[in-house]
Amino acid sequence: MLRAVSHYRLFPKALGQLVAAQGVRELHLALTQGFWRTQSWGQPPLGAPAGAELWVWFQDSVPDVDKAWKELSNVLSGIFCASLNFIDSTNTRVVPAALMPAVNPLSAHPGTDHRLLRYAVLPREVVCTENLTPWKKLLPCGSKAGLAVLLKAERLFHSSYHSQAVHVRPICRDASCLAVSWELRQTLTVVFDSFTSGQGKKDWSLFKMFSRTLTDACPLASESKVYVDISPKNKEKELLEVTPTPTSVHEAVVQGDKRTYAVYDLLSPSLFNSSRSLNVQLKWKRPQDKELSTPVLHAQRYVSGYGLQTGEISTLIHNTHPYRAFPVILLETVPWYLRLYVHTLTIITKGKENKPSYIHYQPAQDRKRPHLLEMLIQLPANSVTKVTIQFERALLKWTEYTPDPNHGFYVSPSVLSALVPSVIATKDVDVEESPLFASLFPSSDGSSYFVRLYTEPLLVNLPTPDFSMPYNVICLTCTVVAVCYGSFYNLLTRTFHVEEPSRGGLAKRLANVIRKLRGVPPL
Amino acid sequence: MAAPLVLVVLVAVTVRAALYRSSLAAFIAERVEVASPLNAWKRVVEGLALLDLGVSPYSGAIFHETPLIIYLFHFLIEYAELVFMITDVLTAVALYLAIQDYNKVVFKKQKLLIELDKYAPDVAELIRTPMEMHYIPLKVALFYLLNPYTVMSCVAKSTCAINNTVIAFFILATIKGSAFLSAVFLALATYQSLYPITLFAPALLYLLQRQFIPIKPKSKSFWLYTMQYAALYLCSLVVIICLSFFLLNSWDFIPSVYGFILSVPDLTPNIGLFWYFFAEMFEHFSLFFVCVFQINVFFYTIPLAVKLKEHPVFFMFVQLAIISIFKSYPTVGDVALYMAFLPVWSHLYRFLRNIFILSCVLIVCSLLFPVLWHLWIYAGSANSNFYYAITLTFNIGQARKQSALVPQQNRRAAWGRQGPHGFHARFPCSVQFLRKVHRL
Repeated sequence: MLRAVSHYRLFPKALGQLVAAQGVRELHLALTQGFWRTQSWGQPPLGAPAGAELWVWFQDSVPDVDKAWKELSNVLSGIFCASLNFIDSTNTRVVPAALMPAVNPLSAHPGTDHRLLRYAVLPREVVCTENLTPWKKLLPCGSKAGLAVLLKAERLFHSSYHSQAVHVRPICRDASCLAVSWELRQTLTVVFDSFTSGQGKKDWSLFKMFSRTLTDACPLASESKVYVDISPKNKEKELLEVTPTPTSVHEAVVQGDKRTYAVYDLLSPSLFNSSRSLNVQLKWKRPQDKELSTPVLHAQRYVSGYGLQTGEISTLIHNTHPYRAFPVILLETVPWYLRLYVHTLTIITKGKENKPSYIHYQPAQDRKRPHLLEMLIQLPANSVTKVTIQFERALLKWTEYTPDPNHGFYVSPSVLSALVPSVIATKDVDVEESPLFASLFPSSDGSSYFVRLYTEPLLVNLPTPDFSMPYNVICLTCTVVAVCYGSFYNLLTRTFHVEEPSRGGLAKRLANVIRKLRGVPPL
Repeated sequence: MAAPLVLVVLVAVTVRAALYRSSLAAFIAERVEVASPLNAWKRVVEGLALLDLGVSPYSGAIFHETPLIIYLFHFLIEYAELVFMITDVLTAVALYLAIQDYNKVVFKKQKLLIELDKYAPDVAELIRTPMEMHYIPLKVALFYLLNPYTVMSCVAKSTCAINNTVIAFFILATIKGSAFLSAVFLALATYQSLYPITLFAPALLYLLQRQFIPIKPKSKSFWLYTMQYAALYLCSLVVIICLSFFLLNSWDFIPSVYGFILSVPDLTPNIGLFWYFFAEMFEHFSLFFVCVFQINVFFYTIPLAVKLKEHPVFFMFVQLAIISIFKSYPTVGDVALYMAFLPVWSHLYRFLRNIFILSCVLIVCSLLFPVLWHLWIYAGSANSNFYYAITLTFNIGQARKQSALVPQQNRRAAWGRQGPHGFHARFPCSVQFLRKVHRL
C-alpha cells in the first residue's frame, strides 16, 4: 500500500492528488506529434506512438479499476487540455506481456496482475501549445528558471517530431526498499531539422534552436545538467567542436553504442563566470557522410488492398544485427470495425514461413473492445520479417462516424518490445552517481538493452452511408414493408363469390366480341 | 424417372465443379449477396482457427454459426467442396421425392372431389391430369439445382445450403407423414437459423390433414395431436441445444447465434431491408424498430394458417418466401429454396397478371446488385443509396410475386367449385363493390 503524496515542494499538487485519489501505482502519459524515423534517426531515447498514449498500473486496493480508469482519463484530459476523455472501452486494452516497464532496480515493480493495467492510444490526437503549457506548469520552477526557459512553444513546434511525456512511479529510497518515494519524470523529445533553419549546415546552437540561452539553474534543483553527444565516429577526434568548454566529459554505453557526452553543470559556479548566459554551440569541422549507424531493430507498417470492403495490414520488421537473432514481442491493437481474420495471419522471413513462439489473440466485440493480437516472433540475424493479416471493413451506424468521415479512421500504432543484443558489452552504470542519466538509459544486463518501438499509425477508410438521408431511408423502408404487408393483408381478407352474369349494353357486347377474337374469356 | 434426375444431378455437379476450379470461386465467395455474416465460409474457417488458437469462437463478433457446424466441419474441412455439392444434391433429391408424394396426394383428392361431384361441369380445363403432373418433381429438382442463385451459393460454400437441406428433409418427412422425423428436422432448422419455427404451423396442418383429424378448436383429437407434435419438436430442440452446450462447454453460442439474429448488430450490406434502415436509424428508436421488424417475420403465420388451412403445402411455400424476404440477414440461397417450388403451382400461372414484369424486376435487380456494389465500394462513383434502392426493388418484386400467387390459389379453388363465370371478390367488411374478373 503506497502512501499518498504529502510534500508538494517539488511534486505538483494536481498530479499528487490525482495519484492518491485514483489509487495509481504507475502512470505514463505521452503526447506526440510526428513520427520517429528510426531508420534515419536511430533508436528513440524514449519511444512514443503518434497521438496520445496513456498507460496506468493501478494498486490492487482499487475496487473498480474500469471506473478509476475512466475518472483518471477525464481528470488528465482536464489537466493537459488533451481530449483524453475519448478513451473508453473501445480503445482501451488490458495487455498481457508487452507493457512491462523497463526493468529497473529502483522501480518497485507491481507484479504481473494484468487486471490492474490499462493501456489506451488515441492516434488522432493533435499536440499543440495548449498541451505544452500545462506540462511546463508541472515543473517546480515552471518556465521561469532553469532549463525550462528554453522551452518556448513557437520554436518547439517548428520541428519534425515533438513528444512530451509525464511518468509517475514509486521509487525505493534505498536498497532494502523500506521507504518508498514518488518519482515524477517529465520528458520532452524534439527533433529539429537544422537543415531547414541552419542555412544548410549541421551546426547548431541553443540560440538557433530555441532563440534563447540558459541564464541560470532552477533554485529548487539539486542537479541541472546539459549533456551534448560528442561521440567521435570511427575513432576520429577533432571532428567537431563544442563551445563553451564543458565542465566535464562523461562516457557511457548507451543502446549498444559507446558514447561520449560533454556535460554542462548549471550549478557549478565556473559556468556563468565569463558571461551571464550559456549558449552551447556545436560546429562540425568536416562534412560528414554517414550519420548514425542503422539501428538493430526497426519496423514499418502499412495498409494494402483496394476498395472499401477488405484490406490487409502488413508489418515489416528489420533485424540488421549481422549475426545475432533475438525475439520481439509484437502487440497489435486494431479497432473493432476492422474485422481481423486471424486465419489469414502469415509471418514470412526470408521467403519461408516463421511460426511465432507464442500467440495471444483476443477478438473484438462490436462496439465494446478492440482486437488484441500479441505475438512473440523470432527474428533471425540480418533479415526482414513480414507479418500480414487481412481484415474486412464494417459499415457503422451513421452516428458512429466522426464529423469528417471521409478522412478515415485511425489504427493505433503497434508496439514492438525487444531485448536487443548490443554490439558492445555494457558495464553496470553506477546509479548513485548519475541517477538522471541512468534512468534515461537503463540497462539491466551487460549484453542487451531494452527497446520499445512504435510503428506508424494507419489511416483506413470505411464505407459510409449517406448522412443526409436518415428520414428518407426510414420512410422508404417502412413503405416497402407496408406495401408487402398491405398486399398480404389484402389477399388474406378477401373472399371470392359468384356474381350473376348480366347482359350488358352495347359497349359490353362490343368488348365481348373483341375479347372472343383475342381468346380471352368474355366479361 | 430416375434417369432424368440422375442426368440433372450430373449436370449440376459438373457446373459446380467447373466453377470451383475457376477464378470465379474467390470472387463469388466475397459477394455480400451470397455470403452474409451468418453463413459466410470465411467465418467458419475463422471460427475453426480461433478454436485452434485456444480462444472460444464466440468470444469475438466474427463467428455466428452453431456448435454443430463447428463439429461437422472440424472433421470435414478438407472435403468442404464435396460436402456442399452433396448437400445441394440431397436437397434436390429430397424435394423431388417430396413433390412426387405430394402430387399423388393432390391427384387422389382431385379424384375424390370429382367423384363426389363437387366440381362445376365446365371446369374441364382446370382439372389436372397425371400427364402434366408427371414432370413436376423433375422440374422442381431442376429449378433448384440449376438456379444461378443455388449455384453461386454452393460455389461460395455458404452454410445456407446446409439449412436448405435440413428444410428440404423436413418437407419430405412432413409429406411422407412421419411426425417424429418432421419434428427433428424442424428442430435442426430452427436451431441453425431460428426463423423456420414458423414452419411449425403448416407442418402441423399437413399432418392433421393426413391423419384426417378435423381442424376444429373444440375437437379433442386436434389438441392431442398438436400437443404430441409440439412436444416432439420442443424435446428435439432442447436435446440439440444441450448437445451443443456439451460440445464447447459453454452457453456462449446462444447470444452469439440467436442474439445476433434477433438484435442485428452487424450492418454489413446484404439483399435485405435491415442493414441500411438500422445504419440510418436514430439511436433512440433502434430497439423499437428491431422488435417491429422481427415481429414482422413471425406474425403472418396465424392469418395465413387460418386462410390457407386447406392447402398446407402452399402455406409452407408462402411461409418460406416470407422468411427469406423479411429475415435479418437474407441471401440468395434462401430465395433459391422457395423458387424451387414454383413448378408445383404451375397450374396457377394462367391467373397471374404481372408475372412478366415481376420476373423482369427480379432478373434485372439480380444483375444490378454486383454492378452497383462495385460502383459504391470500388469505383467510388456511386454511394450506398444506389445499392439500397436495388435492395428495396428486389424485395418489393419478391413480395408482389408472392402476394400475386396467394389469391390465385383461393380463386382457383372457388372457381373449381362454382365455375368460371362471373366471379368476383367480396370483402367481408362494409364496402361491397363489384370487380370484374379481369381486374382481380
